[in-house]
Parts: sequence; C-alpha cells; structure tokens
Amino acid sequence: MIEINKLAKKFKVENPKKLSDQDKKDPRLQGRFFHSVREVSFTCNDGEVLGLLGPNGAGKTTTLRMLSTALKPDSGTINIGGADILKNPVEARKQIGFLSGGTGLYGRLSGRENIAYFGQLNGMSNNEITKRIAELSARLDMDSFLDRRSETYSTGMKQKASIARSVIHSPKVVILDEPTTGLDIMATQTVLKFIRDLKSDNVPVIFSTHHLDEVSELCDRVTVIDQGQTMFNDTYEAFKALDEISLHEAFLRSIGKPKHEMTEE
Amino acid sequence: MWLVFQKEVKELLRDRKTLFFMIALPILLFPLLIGGTLYVGTNVVKGAVEKTRTYAIVGQQYSDEFVGKLKEVEQFSLQTLPNEVQTKEQIIAYVKEGNIDFVIEVPDNYSAAVLDSGQITLKLYRNQAGLKVVENKLNKIVSELTDIYQTAAFSSLGLSESQQVSVITPIEVEEINVADERETQGESIGGFIPYLIFMLCLQGAMLPASDLGAGEKERGTLETLLITPIDRTKIVLGKFFTIAFAGVTSALVTVLSIALWTAVLSRGEAGEVLVKFMSSIDAIDFLLVFLMLIPVVAIFAAVLLTLSIYARSFKEAQGYMTPLVFVVIIPVIFAMLPGVELKGVWAWVPLTNVALAIKELIKGTMDYVQLFAIFGSTAVIAGGLLAFCIYWFKQEKVLFR
Repeated sequence: MIEINKLAKKFKVENPKKLSDQDKKDPRLQGRFFHSVREVSFTCNDGEVLGLLGPNGAGKTTTLRMLSTALKPDSGTINIGGADILKNPVEARKQIGFLSGGTGLYGRLSGRENIAYFGQLNGMSNNEITKRIAELSARLDMDSFLDRRSETYSTGMKQKASIARSVIHSPKVVILDEPTTGLDIMATQTVLKFIRDLKSDNVPVIFSTHHLDEVSELCDRVTVIDQGQTMFNDTYEAFKALDEISLHEAFLRSIGKPKHEMTEE
Repeated sequence: MWLVFQKEVKELLRDRKTLFFMIALPILLFPLLIGGTLYVGTNVVKGAVEKTRTYAIVGQQYSDEFVGKLKEVEQFSLQTLPNEVQTKEQIIAYVKEGNIDFVIEVPDNYSAAVLDSGQITLKLYRNQAGLKVVENKLNKIVSELTDIYQTAAFSSLGLSESQQVSVITPIEVEEINVADERETQGESIGGFIPYLIFMLCLQGAMLPASDLGAGEKERGTLETLLITPIDRTKIVLGKFFTIAFAGVTSALVTVLSIALWTAVLSRGEAGEVLVKFMSSIDAIDFLLVFLMLIPVVAIFAAVLLTLSIYARSFKEAQGYMTPLVFVVIIPVIFAMLPGVELKGVWAWVPLTNVALAIKELIKGTMDYVQLFAIFGSTAVIAGGLLAFCIYWFKQEKVLFR
C-alpha cells in the first residue's frame, strides 16, 4: 500500500523575464517560485491500479518523481507499507519500480545488458538476474531482440525493455509515467497486459495517462490533479459516476470544467 | 561505484566516435601528419637545392679567381646581361622582373692583396624570396677566399699562425657546459612535454565527459539511474574514474603513437635519440611524472563532469568545455616561458607548478621534498573539485534544469 499525503514542491524560476503572459497569470507562480505541486494526496492499496490524470502541466510528472524519490518534496509524506520513504530514500528505492516519461536506454548496450545493469545496481546476484530476465522476457515478449544493441530498437521494443528494467528487482510498488505514449497497438496491449499481471501479483501500480480507455480497462482508483492540487480522488466507479455519458466529460467535471465551458473557451 | 565504472567503460569502448578520437585518430593522424610533413619538407628542400639558378657577373674582368669559383657551382648558370642593362637601377629592374635569379657586381678594386686594395665589397642583386641557397653557396666561396687573402696578408706582415688567430679573434668565450646531456635535452623539451600531455588528457576526457553527464540527461537515462538504490556519490565516482581513464588512455596512446611513428619515419635516427634520452631518465622519475599526472587528470575529470552535469544537452556541455582549454593552456604556457622556474610564487600556481615539476623530473634536477608539497596541494585542489562535483550532482536544480 502506498499513501501520499499533502505533497508540495516548488521550483525557483531561473529567468522570470522569459515567462509568457499566460505563465505570469498562473496562480502557482508566487514571486520567484513556481509551486508545481501544492497539495496532492491519494492512496493506492496492494493489488490496485491507480490512474493519475490531469492536463499537461498539472504536476503529474513532478508528483511521480517525488514518489520515485528522484525529487525531494518540500512538505508532505509518502508511505510505502507504513514506512516513510523520505526518511531513507536509498533503502526505499529497492521497493520502487519507476518508469519515467521519455526514458531512454543505454544505446550501446543490449536490452539484456541494460536490464542486468539495473539488477546489479539493485544488489541482485547474477543467478537472480538471469532468471528474472528470462521471466520478464517471456512476459513482455522480448526474446527476439533482447540481445541486440538497444540503439537499434523500435519505440515499442525500447518501452518493453525499459519496463523490464524498472521491475527487474521485483519492487513492492510500480510507478509508470505515461507508459503507452507513442506505442503502436500491439506494444500498448503488451504493456497493459503487463500492468494487469502486476495487479494479479498484488503489486500496487500508479500510472499517469491521457488515455481514458486505459483507465476504464485497468484502474480501480482514479486521482485527478490540476494546477498542482488533487481535484478528484476516489474509486473508478465514483469517477465514472461524475458523468453517465462519457469518461471524457467526467474528467472535465473533475477539474471543474464541464464540457460546454471548454467549448466556449 | 565499480559497477558504474565497468558499465561506463564498456559503453565507451563500444562507441565508435570515442574510439576514433581516443585511439584511431592518434594512431592514424600522427603518422599522416609527421610523414606528410617530412615528405613535403624533404621534397621542397631538395627541389630548392637542386634547382639551377641563372646569374650574371658585372665586372668579371676584375677577378678571375672569384669568377672561376662561381662557375664551378653546378646549380649556377652564367648568363650575359643585355647591353641595355648597365646602371644599378637597370640591374635592379632586370632582377626584379624575374629575368635572372641574381647578379653579382665585382668592384674594380678587387685584389687578393687586401692590404693594398682595402676591403672588397661584392654587390649581390637578388630577390629576397627563396634564395637562401644562393646566399649559402656564395658565402662558402667568399669564406674560402677570405681565408686565403687573410693568411697571405698576415704572412706579408710577418705574423705567426697563432698571432694571426689572435688578431682575427682577440677574445673568445669558451663555454664549458656543466649540465649533463639529460639536463640539456630536458631543458629544451621538458617544458613542452607537460603541455602536450595536459592537452591530450583534457581533449581525450572531453568527449566521454559530455556523454556521461549531459548525454545521459539528453537520452533520459540519468533519471532512471538516480532512482536506483546506489548512493549518488558512487555514481559520480564511477563516472569520474571513467573520464579520468579516458583522458589518460588517450594521452598515452597519442604519446606512444608520436614516439613510434617518429622513430619509424625518421628511419630510426630520431628513435635512437629518443631512446637514448628516455633511457637517461630514471625509472623512479618516470613513475613520479605519472604520479604527478594523477591529481591533474583528477582536476580535469572533476571540472568536466561538473560542467557536463549542469548542461542540458551534449551540445551545451561542449560549449561550456571549450573555454576550459584556454584555462588549462595559460598556466602551462607560463611554465614554458624563459626564466620561470620552480621557485617562489610559481611553485604555488596550480598546474604551472606541476608542469614545472615534470620538467625538473625530466631534467633530473627535481627537489623531491618540494615534489611532495606540489603533489599534496594539487591533490587537495582535485579533492575539493571532486567534492564540489559530488555536491553538484545531488542538487535537484542541476539535475532537473
């Protein structure tokens, strides 16, 4: 189980003169600081898939980076299995599998070498790594390309290898930042199936997405954030109930912008 | 840390661009440069020496002896000046127009009896360009005749041979070089060696440094590395040692390539000189030169990695690193200036003091106690820069710019 409570993170604006007029009107800009995440809270239980939704620039990536311990929050708490991960981030990283948006592979290494390297960094033995790679390769259908240099991979192959790399150490929590962006239908299905497998293994999965069909297919819970704040946080059924006609309308309602308002804008 | 180092070196050795700049270029470019320079230089000189020069003599009736010697020179071809070329101005214009390579005017007072005739002035009309060969050959003839005329003149004055020598050169400075061969040669090339090695280390380290920091950011692999349960200090150290390894390897390959190809292309002559000079340097001094390089390479690796981590892209990193070359060149050039020695203030100028110490080690005149102080102070600077690099790598504002 992962619990996030009142997370906040601000960044110093490097060059305020370069901000556009629209940026200057953003309520998150206060003085020389941009409050990217102001108050985000949600909970994801074991075996649940939580969909993190929000418009571009809402603070999703910053939130996920804090969950992965890449960024340190200014305030708030993150607990995994009841332990505060901010107190010992290095130890907490062993329990987290994180796939960031736009992630890359080491192009001059093969997929197998990339995955094995991260297994070694997570303190796994060579035997454990070999077995786990075989298991992940079968799950993600990677056998045909795993020993080729990853610089020759297609987008789908790269994403599969990246996912395998992020879960090589069998983490307790998996965080995926837009894992299906740019993938073709086949690769997308492989990724979605993998998320379902994680769910059946009782691993909590938090993933951000712009695809509402993926939300309907996978999610038990939905959290919507906008302008750095949690706007909605409940079960998928409650989210769906916001609008009986479409998830798209439900999403707009969750951020306080019903469809007709959006059309007028 | 060694996991990161091993992986980075593996990637480095699989990168064709890095391998080209680090190994292939020094091995292939230097023979081309050295061989090409030797080939072109030799052929140009040979052509210049063997080329036949046309010349004319004004007043050749005044000295059969001088004219005879000129005619003996194989590469000189005697011509006759046209009748309309008589005055000084006409001769100058005639040579200037390229009608002839040079003209010699023999004065009417030309005589072997110099005590009677006074000083003889031969006028040489020539274009400045490319006629050093003419000058050399003429000077040889003039020198031979001068010796003959001087001896004759002194003999007529009744001077003995030793008196003649005293009159010609009343005061002579006899130089007694107390420096041994190693010290002399070390003084000549000792300043250049640290310059060469420093620059090669820096250049060799730049490409991998750009790739290991900014390159990782650009490819999106850095963030993934940051969330592994490995201490960020160890990540920095792994990358730091990879950059240092690349710098040292590049410098060693280049120096060995230069030495090898110079020896091969000069058909062993330069090789013999090199081997003789190198063998005069003690093994312990070689080892100390290498040890002195360690903190210098550490300084380069720490600064390069710091810049690379800050940059958003590979291109931006290269932009930051280029001015660093000048920052390194200046203190090393100080060490090459005449009069700059490992004393006083210079002993405390970073990089300059190491360059001077390497020069002293090569010459064999190093004060080893002073070496400890220089090594220590440079190591402290390197340690400080590495500590800053580690601190820098832990800053969110740097990693997520």
